[in-house]
Amino acid sequence: MERDRRLRAPASLSSLGDLSAFVASCLEEGGHEPRRVGEVGLCVEEALVNIASYAYPEGPGEVTVTCRETAEGDLVIEIEDEGIPFDVLAREDPDVRAGLDERQPGGLGIYLIKRLMDVVAYRREGGRNILTLVVKAPPGRRSAGPGS
Amino acid sequence: MEIEKRKEGGVLIASVRGRIDAVTAPDFDQAAAEIVAAGEKTLILETGGLEYISSAGLRSILALAKALKAREGRVVFAGLTGGPKNVFKISGFETIFGAYDTVEEALKNL
Repeated sequence: MERDRRLRAPASLSSLGDLSAFVASCLEEGGHEPRRVGEVGLCVEEALVNIASYAYPEGPGEVTVTCRETAEGDLVIEIEDEGIPFDVLAREDPDVRAGLDERQPGGLGIYLIKRLMDVVAYRREGGRNILTLVVKAPPGRRSAGPGS
Repeated sequence: MEIEKRKEGGVLIASVRGRIDAVTAPDFDQAAAEIVAAGEKTLILETGGLEYISSAGLRSILALAKALKAREGRVVFAGLTGGPKNVFKISGFETIFGAYDTVEEALKNL
């Protein structure tokens, strides 16, 4: 991947298909296996659902997804919105050992992101929420250097 | 997402195929509401053809399970594989519900 690839879309569930396909194409270009593509697609959905639900209480907004490959072959995915400040990583993890009666709906989406991604980071910058997901290079490419 | 229902030895088996994501979860909810409205107590969800499930789908399953438990019923899973199996494991859903490799095994353990 020579440069950043970027997709901007409405911050609503109607964008799920486009965003998933966009991120999948970035991963496939980087040689990531289908299992990993599915896991990252899930994390992108969870992030989008969160933004669509909470970021823009005043009305419609947008979400921007950027894919960038590092020299080591890792894929860095940034998911941005211009909505109200919301640090998804500040949320407490749900108790995944709780039984059916104790289980309350919610909280699992962010938890899945944390568990499935190699690195997850949040920052607030210039009025934007930026969630960064890092997908380590696929095993076959890990030792390959830049330009290989 | 597609759901096909059948009965084996009086037990309802719903076979789910495709994706349960934030867009299709309402379809699952509707099918679940029909199952609950029909007075069913015990359900085996056959998920060998389930390719993808997100937290929206987990939320739907939790709601269905709670509704069945309220009438002393339950839901168990058969044939989970791949991504969905991993999502179930991470979420603790495998432990809550019981997950079996096959429908036959699930039927034996009801």
